[in-house]
Amino acid sequence: MGKYIKFFLVGLCFGIVLVKSEAVSWYRIFEMFKFQSFHMYGIIGTAVTTGIVLLLISKQLNTKTIEGNVLKVPLKEKGFIRYIIGGIIFGLGWALCGACPGPMYILVGTGVFSILIVIAAALLGTFMYGVLKNKLPH
Amino acid sequence: MEYILQPWPWYISGPCIAIIMYLLLYFGRTFGMSSNLKTLCTIGGAGKQVEFFKFDWKSQRWNLVVVLGAILGGFIAHKFLSNPIDIDLSENTINDLNALGFKNVGKNLLPPELFAWNSIISLKGLSLLIIGGFLVGFGTRYAGGCTSGHAITGLSSLQKPSLIAVIGFFIGGLIMIHFIYPILF
Repeated sequence: MGKYIKFFLVGLCFGIVLVKSEAVSWYRIFEMFKFQSFHMYGIIGTAVTTGIVLLLISKQLNTKTIEGNVLKVPLKEKGFIRYIIGGIIFGLGWALCGACPGPMYILVGTGVFSILIVIAAALLGTFMYGVLKNKLPH
Repeated sequence: MEYILQPWPWYISGPCIAIIMYLLLYFGRTFGMSSNLKTLCTIGGAGKQVEFFKFDWKSQRWNLVVVLGAILGGFIAHKFLSNPIDIDLSENTINDLNALGFKNVGKNLLPPELFAWNSIISLKGLSLLIIGGFLVGFGTRYAGGCTSGHAITGLSSLQKPSLIAVIGFFIGGLIMIHFIYPILF
């Protein structure tokens, strides 16, 4: 049980940050895709910039994880088709329901229980991908 | 306390998200929220029918714990750490949404036109949520990640596949908002 507490706390912070930054709001996603505010671009931009700096520093310092391995990000497989087509499908859904997977869970906590319908549909979508995986170009 | 209760500016929130990503890497894991959808399918028994879901879901238990934390975090932030103030959307966004028929723009986190129960009981309302959720679930697995895995983690580690995926996210989002919304609403 003890080893899970740190993950729970990280999740707790994630939930708080995404609500307080309004990144869980459908309205903010609409505004982003309309290019009418810098807010979401600021969040993603500073997150990525900070992430790049943190990863460069830990590479320089040869930082180890708490399990003693070298801290590094797992590499995504090379490819193009799956990333562009999968990405476009994801983007269509993201803009329609205004929530990507992280915010979907967090919104349950804010008391918007109708988001459970979106989560159920997302599970169905994930399942359908598993079924069709070998027939799709990757 | 005043600063905590107000919406947090992007230059605070963005770095916080990066630190969350980094902490998970430091714990020997990785930041990826959509993986939990796959794990939940496996827990539901999808591995019995489909090879893709055959894996030891217990290895992903830590990520489900992150989700539980995130749900509680959402509850705490919304219930105790937020003044009841409107979302400070741009004037143009409010006007555009009004023109599409959305009222009281920014008074809630989500528009009642899509997420209130009396909107969902209509065929159109229910279909929109189901189609949107389905596309997110299908697309994220096809692309091998979502905003956390590709946009934050993948771009932070300068991976080309993630850049392609994020470009895809935006192509899809722009098509939906600029070409499909005017038909839907």
